Amino acid sequence: MSETVRLVLCIIIIPNVVLTMAAGLIWLERRLLAVWQERYGPNRVGPFGLLQPAADAIKLLFKEDWIPPFADRPVFVLAPAIVMATGILTCAILPIAPGIGIVDDLNIGLLFFLAMSTMGAYSVVLAGWASNNKYSLLGGLRSAAQMLSYEVFMGLSLMGVVIMTGTFSLREIVEAQRDGWFFVPQFLGMMIFLMAGLAETHRMPFDLPEAEAELVAGFHTEYSSMKFGVFFIGEYAGVVVVSSLMTTLFFGGWLGPWLPPLVWFLLKTMFFICLFILLRATLARPRYDQLMALGWKVLLPLALLNVVVTGAIKLATTGGGV
Amino acid sequence: MFFDYANVFVFALGGAVLVFGGMWLGSLIRPKREGEAGLEPYECGEKPIGSAWFRFDIRYYTVALVYLLFAVEIAFLFPWARVLKEALADDAIGGLALVEGVVFILVLAVGLAYVWRKGDLDWVRGISHTPDDPEEG
Repeated sequence: MSETVRLVLCIIIIPNVVLTMAAGLIWLERRLLAVWQERYGPNRVGPFGLLQPAADAIKLLFKEDWIPPFADRPVFVLAPAIVMATGILTCAILPIAPGIGIVDDLNIGLLFFLAMSTMGAYSVVLAGWASNNKYSLLGGLRSAAQMLSYEVFMGLSLMGVVIMTGTFSLREIVEAQRDGWFFVPQFLGMMIFLMAGLAETHRMPFDLPEAEAELVAGFHTEYSSMKFGVFFIGEYAGVVVVSSLMTTLFFGGWLGPWLPPLVWFLLKTMFFICLFILLRATLARPRYDQLMALGWKVLLPLALLNVVVTGAIKLATTGGGV
Repeated sequence: MFFDYANVFVFALGGAVLVFGGMWLGSLIRPKREGEAGLEPYECGEKPIGSAWFRFDIRYYTVALVYLLFAVEIAFLFPWARVLKEALADDAIGGLALVEGVVFILVLAVGLAYVWRKGDLDWVRGISHTPDDPEEG
C-alpha cells in the first residue's frame, strides 16, 4: 500500500513541480538577464519580485480569451494543449532519484522522450497554420523545417550513449555512469544534444519561429489570455525537460558525493537551466539560412561521425574479432 | 504488473486536467467583448490583404524528404545501437556488427552528399548553387 501512496504522490508532485519551476523560470530568467545586462529586472511584486509569475498568471486569467473568427477554431485550441501535454508527459520518464519517478523504469525511456519532442513540433506548426495570419504562417513554416531538422541530430546525438550502455532505460543509463560521467567520452554528442535541445525548445539563439523583430510574435501572434500563457509555460517546461535530460544522459543524473541524490539532480538541472538563460543573454540570433546550414552541413555529419567513432571505440575495448 | 500501466493512465488523466482545466478556468472570470479590432488579423496595423491560407512556395520540401530519409535511418539505427554492445562481445558476430552499421550509414551519407551538391540544403537558392541543373537555374 505504501507503494501506491508513493506513486500517487509522485504523479501529483512531479508535474506540479515541473510546472511551478516553469513559472518560476519566467522570474528567474528575467532576473538573471537583468543581472547580466546590468538592468533591474522585475523587483516590485513581493520580495525580489518573486511574486511576478503569480501576478502574470492572474493577469492572463483575467484577459479576454479571443478566438479570432477567421481562425480554424478546433485546431486553434488544440495547438497550445499539445505543447503543454507533451511537456507534462515527458515528466513521466524523468529518473529524478532512486524511487522517485512516475514510470519507475520505462525500458524505452529515451525513445519516449524523442517521440514527445517530435510531437511538440505539431503544436507550433498547427498554431501557425490555424491562426490564419501571415506572420504566424511564416513562423509555423520556419518551425516545421527547424524542429524537424534538429530532431534528426537530437536522435543521432543520443545514439552514442545508447551504444555505450546498450539500453534505452534512463535509470540504467544513470547507473552506467558510476565509473565516469558520459560528457567526457560523449563530448561531441553532448554538444550536439545541447544545440538540438535549444532548437527544439525554440529558445534564443534559435528562436526563429517567433523572432519578434521580424515576425511580430511568430506562431502565437493571434493567441491571447491563457492560451498564450500555455504556450509560454510549455516553452519553459521544455527547457526544464531538456536540462534534466542533459543531466541524466551526460552528467550522471542523481549520482554525486555527500549530498542526497534528489539534491544532486536538482542542482545539476538548475545549472543547465541557468546555462540556457546565459546563452540567451549573450548570443545573437543567427539568420535562418545559417541555422539550417549549421544543422545539415555541420551537426549532421558530426553526429554520424560520433556514432561511428563510438562504435569503433566500443569494438576496440570489447576486443571481438572481425 | 498492471499497476505500471495504471499509473500511466492516472498520470495522463491528471495531465489532461492540468492542460484543459488551465485553459478553461479563466472563462469563469474573464470578460468577453466583441470589437471591430478583433475581427482582422494583427499585421502590425497594416490592413491585411487576403487570408493567410493561400498557396505558397514550400521552399524546403526537399529537406522534408531528406528528413524522412534520416528519420527512417534513426528508426533502424536505434535497435542496432541497442544491441551493438552485446553483438561486439559475441565471438560469432564481433566486429561484423559495426561494419554493417557503418555501411548502412555510408549509404545514407551518399544521399546527403548528393542533396548537398545539388544545393537543396540551402534555404536561399541562388543560380550558382545549381551549375549542372539547367532546368532549375
